[in-house]
Amino acid sequence: MTDAGRGGPTAAEFDAYLDGIRRLVDQRLIPAEPRLEGEETLPQDLTQALREAGLFGISIPARYGGAGLTMEQQVRVMLEVTRASAVYRARFSTTIGLGSQPILYNGTEAQRRAWLPRMASGEATAAFCLTEPEHGSDAGGLATRARREGGEYVLDGVKRYITNARQAQVFIVMARTDPASRDAAGISAFIVPAGTPGLRCGPADRKMGQDGSATCEVFLDGVRVPAENLIGGREGEGFKTAMRGINHARLHVAVTCVGQAQRLLDEALSYALRRRQFGQPLAEFQLVQAMLADSRAEILAARSAVLETARAFDRAGEAQGSLVADIACCKLFASEMVCRVADRAVQIHGGAGYMRGTAVERLYRDVRLFRIFEGASQIQQILIARDMVRGARHG
Amino acid sequence: MKLLVPVKRVVDYNVKVRVKADGTGVETANVKMSMNPFDEIAVEEAVRLKEKGIATEIVAVSAGPAAAQEQIRTALAMGADRGILVEHDGVLEPLAVAKILKAIVEKEGPQLVILGKQAIDDDMNATGQMLAALLGWPQGTFASRVEPADGALKVTREVDGGLETVQLRLPAIVTTDLRLNEPRYASLPNIMKARKKPIETVKPADLGVDVTPRLSVLKVEEPPKRQAGKKVASVQELVEKLRNEAKVI
Repeated sequence: MTDAGRGGPTAAEFDAYLDGIRRLVDQRLIPAEPRLEGEETLPQDLTQALREAGLFGISIPARYGGAGLTMEQQVRVMLEVTRASAVYRARFSTTIGLGSQPILYNGTEAQRRAWLPRMASGEATAAFCLTEPEHGSDAGGLATRARREGGEYVLDGVKRYITNARQAQVFIVMARTDPASRDAAGISAFIVPAGTPGLRCGPADRKMGQDGSATCEVFLDGVRVPAENLIGGREGEGFKTAMRGINHARLHVAVTCVGQAQRLLDEALSYALRRRQFGQPLAEFQLVQAMLADSRAEILAARSAVLETARAFDRAGEAQGSLVADIACCKLFASEMVCRVADRAVQIHGGAGYMRGTAVERLYRDVRLFRIFEGASQIQQILIARDMVRGARHG
Repeated sequence: MKLLVPVKRVVDYNVKVRVKADGTGVETANVKMSMNPFDEIAVEEAVRLKEKGIATEIVAVSAGPAAAQEQIRTALAMGADRGILVEHDGVLEPLAVAKILKAIVEKEGPQLVILGKQAIDDDMNATGQMLAALLGWPQGTFASRVEPADGALKVTREVDGGLETVQLRLPAIVTTDLRLNEPRYASLPNIMKARKKPIETVKPADLGVDVTPRLSVLKVEEPPKRQAGKKVASVQELVEKLRNEAKVI
């Protein structure tokens, strides 16, 4: 999609917006982080602040009520937002990525008009339901069924670890429409409004970190939706539809890792300058300096990779599918990188870094997730290598 | 009720300013510029009065270089309706700005002018008061609360001894203090809508105002570096030093 098609801002307007986002992060979001500890969901006033900042609409074109930002602009916004706890980002990430992109790229015009403006304003939170108790990364083995009955589909199955399910007004549900199939070709994507009879959310999961961002199980028990809710109107396109969202979401996870790593390094440097041992600040010790320097170099590498890939994404337009391996590289490197930076930040803090209430202790637990979700590091390695082997064989 | 909100282009509050090598002022080349934070509070208050249905139109005005359009755009993105740029390159002292604003007030006929109590560049704290004097209007300065009251305005002021509440007959001048409100961040759709809002450009001469400076800056220098402190071993030593070295007790 071209810039003109998105209806986005001019460079000066974007800079003005980014200024406001920076202030929101420094003056509102970072100071409120201690309030998130032990919370199941993000407090209402903070969710409202994210809505007012237009963050739910950054990936949606202006004609559907969004900000119409390019991927590069989205990345620059997210680099700021994710200096604050990743929990803020989690509140709108499912809407801007896996919730809206499948409808934007593969939905019918009626589906776009029905849902995108409500998503863009933050009124309708979307939750994406792919993972199941028996099927995570191996989504081809999906067990949730959707069978056609007249003008309706009936959905049955269980989804697991669904972010924002309890806040969602709409669910994007991946289900098997061709019972004979055992691969991705038999899967379709459905729009299921919250409150549809038979759809139920389980209790919030208890997690290692990410306090304030809820995941839970979603049970689908004879859930009936009109046939118009099949995304794109054709069966068997579910996986292609999902990949649009997954590409978007993976690149956004990579950005999140860069933002979080920058924050961890800021915290580590500020502590190393404050804390004195053996008569001088920690920052004067060369072994500490090595940790700071390695972190900065790795952050720069990841940031550069993400921005370059975002620009390639914008240039590719409809052909963004060709970027799966590059996006996997970004996600793999950035998520492994942020965990190394988090480890060093805790190390620099010493005992204080192991104490509850220290920012780096909380961030250390939060960032561990990023090597696991939206495709674990090992899945990204497989995607990258497969792409190389395939490319070498077919030229 | 029509409101006029003057906004000033100043060095961004996050920038660590540096004195020019020749001591004539501070370095502003390649430095990030923003709207004076007190003026943001003024715009926010005006927009809130409009949202409450009390104000009908907000006109943002800036006196300064052509680039001050950016600060007017910011005000428009926050919710002002249109802008006026009084374009002038070079020094504008508070009296000159007050005279410019008086001319704009006479042209536009607002019922209320809300200004920042001071600008963070020169900290003059004078324009609002001078404008009130030139117009012969009542003024409520250092406002921490503004409430409309039957065609008048109740303004709570932050003064040394505490809070003072004054009632102003309209038309009037209000200057804002830090605690009046927390300015909003302009949303992207509003930033983009501001593109279509009109900004009129005039020159001080068009308004019949002579802006020739009346003050001359002799020298600008960095504040003296803070001297290292001394550690004392006991209260006795502290008292001894306070008495004999610092001579404060």
